Parts: sequence; structure tokens; C-alpha cells
Amino acid sequence: MPEMLSLSNDPILFVTVMLAKILAVFIVVILIVAYATYAERKIIGRMQTRLGPTMTGPLGLLQPIADGLKLFFKEDIIPAQASKFAFVLAPMMILVPAFITIAVVPFGGNVVVGGYTVPLQIADLNVGILYILAMAGLGVYGIVLAGWASNNKYSLLGGVRSAAQMISYELAAGLSIISVFMLSETLSLRGIVEAQAGGITDWYIFSQPLAFCLFVITSLAEVNRTPFDLPEAETELVSGFCTEYSSMKYALFFMAEYANMVVISAVTATLFLGGPAGPFPGAINLLLKIFFFMFVFIWIRATFPRVKYNQLMYMGWKIFLPLALLNIVITGAVVVF
Amino acid sequence: MSQAVVAKLKGAFPATVQEVKEHRGEVTVTVKREDIVQVCDFLKKEAGYNFLCDLCGVDYLGQQPRFMVVYNLYNITTKERLRVKVAVPEEDACVETVSGVWSTANWHERECWDLMGIRFANHPDLRRILMPENWEGHPLRKDYPLQGPGREPYQGRLS
Amino acid sequence: MAKKDIMTINMGPQHPSTHGVLQLILELDGETVVKATPHIGFLHRGVEKLSENRSYHRALPLTDRLDYLAPMSNNLGYVLAVEKLLGITDLIPERAKVVRVMMAELTRIKSHLVWLATHALDIGAMTVFLYCFREREAIMDMYEKLSGARMTSNYFRVGGLSLDLPEGFEKDVRSFIDAMPGHIETYEGLLTGNKIWQKRTIGVAKIDADAAIDIGLTGPALRASGVDWDLRRDNPYSGYEEYEFQVVTRQNGDTFDRYKARLDEMRESCKIIRQALDKLQPGPILADAPAVCLPPKEKVVNSIEGLIHQFKIITEGFKPEPGEIYQGVEAPKGELGYYLVSDGSANPYRMKIRPPSFVNLQALPQMVEGALLADVIAAIGTLDIVLGEIDR
Repeated sequence: MPEMLSLSNDPILFVTVMLAKILAVFIVVILIVAYATYAERKIIGRMQTRLGPTMTGPLGLLQPIADGLKLFFKEDIIPAQASKFAFVLAPMMILVPAFITIAVVPFGGNVVVGGYTVPLQIADLNVGILYILAMAGLGVYGIVLAGWASNNKYSLLGGVRSAAQMISYELAAGLSIISVFMLSETLSLRGIVEAQAGGITDWYIFSQPLAFCLFVITSLAEVNRTPFDLPEAETELVSGFCTEYSSMKYALFFMAEYANMVVISAVTATLFLGGPAGPFPGAINLLLKIFFFMFVFIWIRATFPRVKYNQLMYMGWKIFLPLALLNIVITGAVVVF
Repeated sequence: MSQAVVAKLKGAFPATVQEVKEHRGEVTVTVKREDIVQVCDFLKKEAGYNFLCDLCGVDYLGQQPRFMVVYNLYNITTKERLRVKVAVPEEDACVETVSGVWSTANWHERECWDLMGIRFANHPDLRRILMPENWEGHPLRKDYPLQGPGREPYQGRLS
Repeated sequence: MAKKDIMTINMGPQHPSTHGVLQLILELDGETVVKATPHIGFLHRGVEKLSENRSYHRALPLTDRLDYLAPMSNNLGYVLAVEKLLGITDLIPERAKVVRVMMAELTRIKSHLVWLATHALDIGAMTVFLYCFREREAIMDMYEKLSGARMTSNYFRVGGLSLDLPEGFEKDVRSFIDAMPGHIETYEGLLTGNKIWQKRTIGVAKIDADAAIDIGLTGPALRASGVDWDLRRDNPYSGYEEYEFQVVTRQNGDTFDRYKARLDEMRESCKIIRQALDKLQPGPILADAPAVCLPPKEKVVNSIEGLIHQFKIITEGFKPEPGEIYQGVEAPKGELGYYLVSDGSANPYRMKIRPPSFVNLQALPQMVEGALLADVIAAIGTLDIVLGEIDR
């Protein structure tokens, strides 16, 4: 294997390759985000005996673009009583962490470019998982800020709900992955993928089914999807934290929600389903796994009612947290003996 | 059956029952205004009329006394109906509330006050309910113009 | 120590789940409701005042617009009340009575479908919403076939019906009620066993039988609290005594029981409709009461007597003898009552409508105090209110 490409051995190539990787990942994620809205509307439509979008382009395929354009040209309203700086900052604060989290997700093995080895991953942090958790935690600031800055009681309630939800679920999510890296003995996502490389039976979904379930459920709560969409809960809080937002700022919240879904699906696939491993070339396996999880998220949305705030807290603290701890104890016992 | 209740009511309040009428098989008892709460209480506890279906005012403009407050009662056990009415004069348009007997009277009485202008003494929360807080007049009174204050009386067409 | 502040939020009149223009002033401690004050009247159109200035026939279309989700039930209550006032209740032909029952029960299903749809949507189950509207659409189509209108049917007449059933209508109804129990199973499959649905509804907005009677709840909301009272069985009208059906009661009086009660009621309605279809015989659709009922159209266009007859009724109306009556019917939402006073003229002297939603809504504050914000939504949904009826 040739030497690993780094900033020291060929700076120009390194920067070029890096930019290419970032651009590729960014475009793919943006495309998935755009067409996730389309897919969601189509899939839920079919589940609900509707057709979903059909009018824009063939099969309604241009719908996301039409939506984007529409939102782009809408009047951008900032409420007079809102805290302007925070109001503008919030949508960005929620979108950026959603996108940069994807940087640590490996989407393939190594390739050789210009005589150097290039890993198919934007950045292989040795604390990859911590980075993901940290970024997920940052996202909630955007929601809280949006809720507070709107100067609207519904938004505020949405923001407060989001904060409480994040605290209770972040813990359980974090604890549930501890058992994964107890097995892999690394925090790097690349390392975790390599630890599962031995074939389908090595995937942590089989050795850590409880952790997998916990992580999927808590991630649903983290990305504020049904049945945990309490911060926006349109029938209770009008639209929660994004009640006062319009135009592109509103679109940013939407993009962030779907980007979060993509990221969470990618992370789940990486942690439990061997990441890019599978029968097809690396990135396609990962994409298929991402699509699978996205489909499940959409499916859940069409099926389940919304839980109540206190029930969500109850589940987070009294069910998921102890279960995650139990899982760590069991995994620890198995690893030691 | 309703007649038996009326007889019982007459026995308990001989001076109160002013008139008993039957029309299309429905019994209407007119009682004195002062005793309405006691009568209702009696009907609820002794005669089993535990459900107040409806309460409303009727404006007999030009008659004395001008208003009638009508209580439509129902007995859930025997499935019987009974109507109790009290006459209310215009100059002192006020009746004791029965919301202490049936809580459901609360909103009915508010509506009656709002639309008919009959006050209910000791009512816990006598505010307008359908019309805006600062509305003038009581729309269901017969001398209130159909098309609103300051308009010609309705002539069977839009004016 | 920090001062405990109460946050007042203004829910409605523009809010996605207040079912129209209900305004609730909620005082919240965190997310716990300390006090809820409903404000109504945003949709007040003065139906009672208007009807005092119209003849009895012309007041009928106003009743469509009360509970616009169940127009035929409103029509039924009104025409029954006027018939009682006129004393022609016994003259109504059998066919008209059977069609009235059939349509009233279809209306009940229609109304309950909207209730289930919106209730489920409020709690977050969006798929049931569209399933229910699919079935409701079938009923709307029947309405349209029957009366030409999808919502405000104005189909019944004092003395009978406006038109006979169109060709093939019975077949439509039969195929609908054949399919309907299966659809109800589908809704139940999505909701009843769903843990989240149960968590959201069991024990929520509970009210016991005594409190329910005291506050004046009627209809499925009262029966779910264990009070066995249904006007269709207990004070039968329009021939309901000839049908066999169960009055659905439940014991707990919570949102879940009200949900189950209404679903079972839809099943019973299907049974009643089936019996009505079996009973349906050809025959006259208007009572033999020439002073009240319009002559048939052929007579109006072909004979001068018919024309004069129609002209008299249309221009003068009919004049019931002075008196007052109260007629209650079991509308989908509860007891819908019409209190009519006649002074011997052609217009109702006073028409008081007892809208079930109005009285049922009164129970909302006591149902939600101490509950969470999310329960308020569930409670509004479970009371099944329609603001058109509340505000009149």
C-alpha cells in the first residue's frame, strides 16, 4: 500500500482531493436532502391512499426544486419584537452542525490517487463518535435559540421542549454506543468499520441488538422526528420553534431536519451495519443503508401518533438510560470474561 | 307521568305553581320567579330531573311581564321531559341562577344574558358569551333590529 | 427562591387544532394547564334571530349550517320539531321516515369519521386522517346524488322529503355499509392497539358519570362515562323504535373510551342503515297535509290549482297554532334540541337551538385543568366540537 496522502507529502494534491471529497459528499447529501422531501411525500402519500406530488415535472420529480424556489422567493419576515441577531443566527446554527457531522462518516475503503493512499472519508478523527455527539448537541442550540429569539410563546415552548428532549436522549444515545466501542476498542468511525469488516455476522447489530434499538429510537428523538416531533408538534405548538420563520430561513430548518436524518442514518449504518461493507462498491452500500433508515423514519411517521412530553421524558430517563447502562454492564462482562 | 310530578310539585310548593299547560304531550309549568331555585332543586332531588337540557329566554314584547325564562328538564332514569318557565318583567330582568343546581346552566345563562338581556343573580361568571365584550344591546330581543343597530327594520328583503 | 410565574398563552382562534375558531386562554405552569378559559362566538351568525324573521320552510336551510359536518341530523331535528308543533307527526309516510333514519345514520358515520380523522391527526396519527376522509368522500357523493349538495344538503322537508331517492342510491348505500365495518377495523388496527395511542388517550380528560350529567354532556361523550341514555332508544322519533341496535356505553369516561364508543357507534349505525334498507318500500314521500307540504311538481306545472297551492305555501307559509314544543334528537355529537315557540304566525316566534357541542365544550375546562398542553388538544378532539354549532 502506498503512503497515506497528507498535507506534508503533497500539499496541493491533498487540498484538491480534500475539496473534491467535501464537494462530492456535500452534493450527495444535498441531493438526498432534497429528494428525501420528495420521497417522504411520495411514500407517505402512497401509504395514505394519495399520490403525492405529480404535477411538477415527470412524476413530480421537480417538486423539491419548485419548493426550494418558492421558499427562496417568499418574503422574509422577521417579527418586530424578535431578537434579530439570534433570529437570523438560529437557522444557520442548526444547519451547519447537521452538515459537518457527515465529515467523519467513512464512505468506502482506500483508493490510490497520484501514488498516495486516500481514505474515502473526509476526516478520520480519532474521537469520531464524540465529535458526532458533540455536533448533535450543538444542533439543539439552534432550536432553543430559534424558540427564544422568535419572541413567541409557542416557539419558546418548542425550544424548551427541544432542550429537555435533547438532554434526556443524548445521554441514552451516548451510552448505547459506548458498548459499540467497547467491542471495537476505538472511537474512530473508520476503526469501527474495520472492526466489522469480517462479514455480515461481524456487524454490531447482531452482537449489540439492544444498543442498536436504543440508538435508533433515541436518534429519532434527536432529529425530532415522529413520534418524538414535540418541538414542532404542529397540532399543539402551531409549528413550535419555527412558527415565526418564513422564506429561506424556514427552508433551512427543513433542510437541517432532513440532513440530520441523513447523518443519523449514516451513523447508524456505520456503527451497526458495517458502514460501506456489502455486496456493492463501498459508497453504494452506505447509500442503500441510509435509504433504508430514511424509509423506516418516513414509515414511522406515517404510522405513529406523537408521544406526550412527560412520556418522552419518562422513556428517556427511566427506560432507555437504565437499559443502556445494563447493556454496558453486560457487554463489559462479556468482554472481560 | 309528568302530571304526577306536577301534582307533587304543587303539593310541595302550593303557592308557587302559577299555570300548568299541556301542548302536544309536553307539560309546561309556570312558577314564580322568586322560587325558581327551590323548584329546580326540588325537581332535581325529589323528582329525578337530573339533567338540564336547555335554558333560554323568550321575549314576548308587548305583554306583561315581557320575558319568559324557559328551563327544559330531563329525567335520565324515566326518560321524561318537563318544562319549567318563569315570567320576568322588563324593568327588573333578573332571575336567580340555577347554576348551583346544574353546572351546565352556567353557559346557558350567560347566553341568555348575552342575547336576551336577562340577568342571573349570583351567577359565577356572567359575561357575554357569543357577542363581543363591548357589544351594546341584546340581539335576540324583539325590538332589536334584525340587520343590526341603526338599521331599518327588516322588511322581508335586503335594504 | 424564584417566583413561580404563570404563562398565559392564547390558543386560537387561529390554531391548527382548535377545530375552527375556538379561542382558549390557557394559563400554563411549565406545560401544565392551571386554568383554561374558552372564548366562543367568533362564528356567531345569529341563526336564532334570523329564523324569527323567516317562515318555517325558509328557516330550514339555516339549520344545515349549524353542525356543518352533520347537516342531515340538524335538518331532521328541525323538521321533527316543526312537525310536532304542527301536530302532523303521525302523518309522515313510512318511506320518508325510513329514508330519514337511513340518512341520519349515514350522517352520524360521516360526522364520526371527521371526528376520528381530526382527533387522530391532533394526536399525531396522520394516516388515519386520510383513510377517514376517503370513506367520508363516499358519503359526500351520496349526499350529492341525493340533494345536489355535498355539505349543506337541505334535503328533508317539513312533512317528508324534498325528493325521492335517485336511481341506484340504495345500491350505493348497501355497498358502502358492506365495506364500512372493514374500514373501521382498519382504523382500529392503526390506533386501538397502538401503545402510543393508548398512552395518549387512556385516563386523559377523564370525567365521571355524575360530573358529566351535571355539566350537561350528551351523546357518545356521556355514554362513555357509563350513562346509558340514547334518545333514539329512549325517546324514539322517526320510527327508531322499530330498529334493533345497541346503545354503546363504556365505563371509564376517558378519551380512549369515548374513542371506542364512537367507533362502536359507527358499527351500530351500519346495522341501522342495513335494517332501513331492508325496510324501504316504495310509497309517498310527503305527508298528506296539504296546508304544509308542497304539491308534486307535475301538478304545479300542469294545473292551476297546483300552482296556486304551491304559491300559497311559498308566499304565506303555514301557521301552526300557538304553543311551544321541545324536540331533541340524537345528533352525532349529542342531544340536538329545538325549542320552538309559535304565536300563530308563519314565522317561528322563537327558535332556541340546543347545540350539543356548545354544552359539551363547557366540560373542557374541568377536563384539562392539571393536565398537559398535549392533553388539551386531545380533550378538544375527544369532545368533538363544531364551532358552527356552538356559535350559531
